[in-house]
Amino acid sequence: MQAEPVITLSKARLVMGQRMILRDVTAVIERGGPTVLLGPNGCGKTSLLKAMMGLVSLTSGTVDRHVGRASFVLQKPVMLRRSVYDNLAFARQTAGLPHSESVMTDLLNDFSLTHLAHAPARRLSGGEQQRLAIARALAREPALLFLDEPTASLDVAQTRLVEDLIARISARGVKIILSTHDLGQAKRIADDVLFLVEGQLAEQAPMASFFHAARSSQARAFLAGELVSIDGEKP
Amino acid sequence: MDATSAFSLILERDPALFAIVGLSLWVSLSATLLAGALGAGLGSAVALTRFPGRQGVVVVLNALMGLPPVVVGLLVYLALSRSGPLGQFGILFTPTAMIIAQTILIVPIIAALTRQVMEDLWGEYADELNAMGVTPWRRMRVLLWDARFSLVTILLAGFGRAAAEVGAVMIVGGNIDGFTRVMTTTIALETSKGNLPLAMGLGVILLTIVVAVNSLAWAVRAWAERHAG
Repeated sequence: MQAEPVITLSKARLVMGQRMILRDVTAVIERGGPTVLLGPNGCGKTSLLKAMMGLVSLTSGTVDRHVGRASFVLQKPVMLRRSVYDNLAFARQTAGLPHSESVMTDLLNDFSLTHLAHAPARRLSGGEQQRLAIARALAREPALLFLDEPTASLDVAQTRLVEDLIARISARGVKIILSTHDLGQAKRIADDVLFLVEGQLAEQAPMASFFHAARSSQARAFLAGELVSIDGEKP
Repeated sequence: MDATSAFSLILERDPALFAIVGLSLWVSLSATLLAGALGAGLGSAVALTRFPGRQGVVVVLNALMGLPPVVVGLLVYLALSRSGPLGQFGILFTPTAMIIAQTILIVPIIAALTRQVMEDLWGEYADELNAMGVTPWRRMRVLLWDARFSLVTILLAGFGRAAAEVGAVMIVGGNIDGFTRVMTTTIALETSKGNLPLAMGLGVILLTIVVAVNSLAWAVRAWAERHAG
């Protein structure tokens, strides 16, 4: 049986100024466990996520979303100048969802934020803000959740906490598409991997295949800890 | 001059002095509220929209922050005088004319500072609010709310400017005793007459108000940082 597509990218190209950010990316992302966009810094992971969310317009090519509401968690989430509770309530309002005290209570509980409900969101620690950002994204009850390097600035304990949350959210049936440059995290989280090099999709494969039998020379070089470029030459 | 005379006028709650203070506060507070509504709206609109000539509008708004009060007074005088376009309303030499002059004087200050605050905040919030699919109208409301403490500080700056100016209200108010006489025009007049105790008394009150306004601005920001992040 063929899996249900969530996102279809067709020759997605993004040019900003003189720089080509995305180079004709073509891929189908299917329903299931988390999809990880992997690649070195500056390879276009964030731009591809934003293009899939509709936050940037492609120069050419198309991106089609086949599921309902999507939420996006930025690499550096911005907390609104209000309480934790009000940040969550605002996210629900923007999605046109009715206020629900039980949903709010569940979100606060699930993300261990109950004791901080009335604290100013901007006063939270980095890890707490990241948890709130994900909770806020979930308050919109999305079918699809984009996470841009969600643990980039967190310590090990907070990273473990966020990764556990990602696994729980995915188990609830929310499709997660996440970017990271951390190989270990990709291995721990991914169901399948899209590997990008300088804006080009070098490989798309299930996680196990990617890590144990990568087809592209760039992926093999990246997994070996080498610097990679489109043409396979060491930059 | 006997310095204690100034303070005795304040301590004895001299009716003439307190009438002047009351009118000054009424005129400047009214102008600040009007200019706040106009300036915050204008500044937000310029910050959050893109249109041809926008940079020119920003430059003009910034330049108008230094608008000379006497020029504003002169323009409002010409507009409100009997032969002017608004002469039919007969409001020249009334507190209403003074409110109009002060409003015109501080709208650019409030608009220019609001634009800067809103533009900075939008730079910070843009990706987040776009990701949430927030509509342009709601975006403005969110930014105004989240910038509320900065906007209060801006309003207080506008009030300070209005309360301290003398040229515009002198021209359009006429400094009529018991009717349009405010603190700054009285200080100028009484100083020229040599009645220094009253001028000093008003000066002390004016300074106290300015210090109180600045203290309030500081307190608002400190409270905001503690409670709203």
